[in-house]
Amino acid sequence: MADRAPLPGFWAQAFRIAGKDLAIEWRSREILATSAFLAVIVVLVFSFAFVVGGVAPPPTVVAGILWVAILISGVVGLGRTFDRERDGDAIRALLLSPVPRAAIYAGKLLATIALMVGVEAAVAVLVTVFFNARVGENLGRLAALLLLGTVGFATVGSVFSAALLRARSRDVLLSTLLYPIVVPLLIAGARGTANLLDPSPDYDAAAFWTQFMVAVDVIFLVVGAWAFEPIVSGD
Amino acid sequence: MTAPAIAPLQVANVGKVFGRHRALAGVSTSMNAGEITAILGPNGAGKSTLLAIVSTLQAPTSGAVRWGDVELRRGSPERAALGYVGHEPGLYLDLGALANLTLFAALYGVADGAARAAALLERVGLGGAPAHAPVRTFSRGMLQRLGLARALVHDPSILLFDEPSAALDPAGVTWLGTELQRERDKGRVVVLVTHDLEAAAVLAEHVVILRRGRVVRDERRPQPWGAATLRAAYEESCRG
Repeated sequence: MADRAPLPGFWAQAFRIAGKDLAIEWRSREILATSAFLAVIVVLVFSFAFVVGGVAPPPTVVAGILWVAILISGVVGLGRTFDRERDGDAIRALLLSPVPRAAIYAGKLLATIALMVGVEAAVAVLVTVFFNARVGENLGRLAALLLLGTVGFATVGSVFSAALLRARSRDVLLSTLLYPIVVPLLIAGARGTANLLDPSPDYDAAAFWTQFMVAVDVIFLVVGAWAFEPIVSGD
Repeated sequence: MTAPAIAPLQVANVGKVFGRHRALAGVSTSMNAGEITAILGPNGAGKSTLLAIVSTLQAPTSGAVRWGDVELRRGSPERAALGYVGHEPGLYLDLGALANLTLFAALYGVADGAARAAALLERVGLGGAPAHAPVRTFSRGMLQRLGLARALVHDPSILLFDEPSAALDPAGVTWLGTELQRERDKGRVVVLVTHDLEAAAVLAEHVVILRRGRVVRDERRPQPWGAATLRAAYEESCRG
């Protein structure tokens, strides 16, 4: 008989699940490679379109490019993270384990956020280089905006990815369902970023958009944690 | 495991409705420890739905599943006593065999999970397999062996098998049958959902036949049934 230790706590299980996802990604580098590749393509295409005669576009446009690149690459990463649960029906074994559904959700969320942050760092560097953006001047505030956008995106995206786990054409469906819902985050992120990239940064406006994103994230987190269990259980 | 390990699994008047489709209606049976229960029936009879309810993956629309005095539900801690083997291995295909087993050992709170995982790999005949190669590279038979090891990693009292021999070669089917008997002899509750009457005839003492979501036969014999007897019982139950 195997000795049974007390079940790990909620966060220990969540971190274990996140660690599993990151370990798989470390072995394959599949999500990071594809997401980063897509993000680079998006930034490159926009740079050809908007950088004319060596003159960078205004901060509003650069902010939009940054967030579009993050959005497109994020959907790819989200879909693949949950594909790994479906392959080999690993999700069934995970759901049968005594791990609370909320801990599974938290674990998937943490892993998705970690992977997206990695891609965002690369995108931020690219935007700085291609558009001569003043990312470094307000790095802390920009990082906070990006992190809040990522948390909101991953929060709602993980729920939809779980719901579409066994759906056909789930990649198309994921984008179709997810994009309209994250529009408020996208707008707030782009506006806040534009405020910070401006040669005369508007910190009050940026703070407003940051607070707006905090509020949206809280709503998404509450709804996501509530919806994940019935969705993943098929009730 | 002590007393709970020998408690029978009681399915009490379980019903399940999906939208307007009734998958199960008033299903009652008991599954004893130290006995292999085969759940048989034609396609759409509700076998897998019943197993999903017993495994707590799905909630019944009516009725309950009890293990001893405890109702098995999604949130009940007793569900850690369940082990499940399906036709898919329930593994992360990009992780190695050892990593898969240690992950599930950790999620179940098994002390010294690495040692347990290594011992189980030996037991299912994968001790010589590359421990760190992604299990995606394993053959179907190897994956099913690893799937059984995953199901056993927390030493469950109740083992549920859903068409475990699908896509296995004859040697794999024989191996799996031996493993089921071994677990039965350890005093576990062993439940097998299968279309394979030949395998059920050799292994099961207790047969439950479902048809259109209802139990049409629930019978125990002191010894496994034998192929001819079980086939006759099955055809008689499913006729009409």
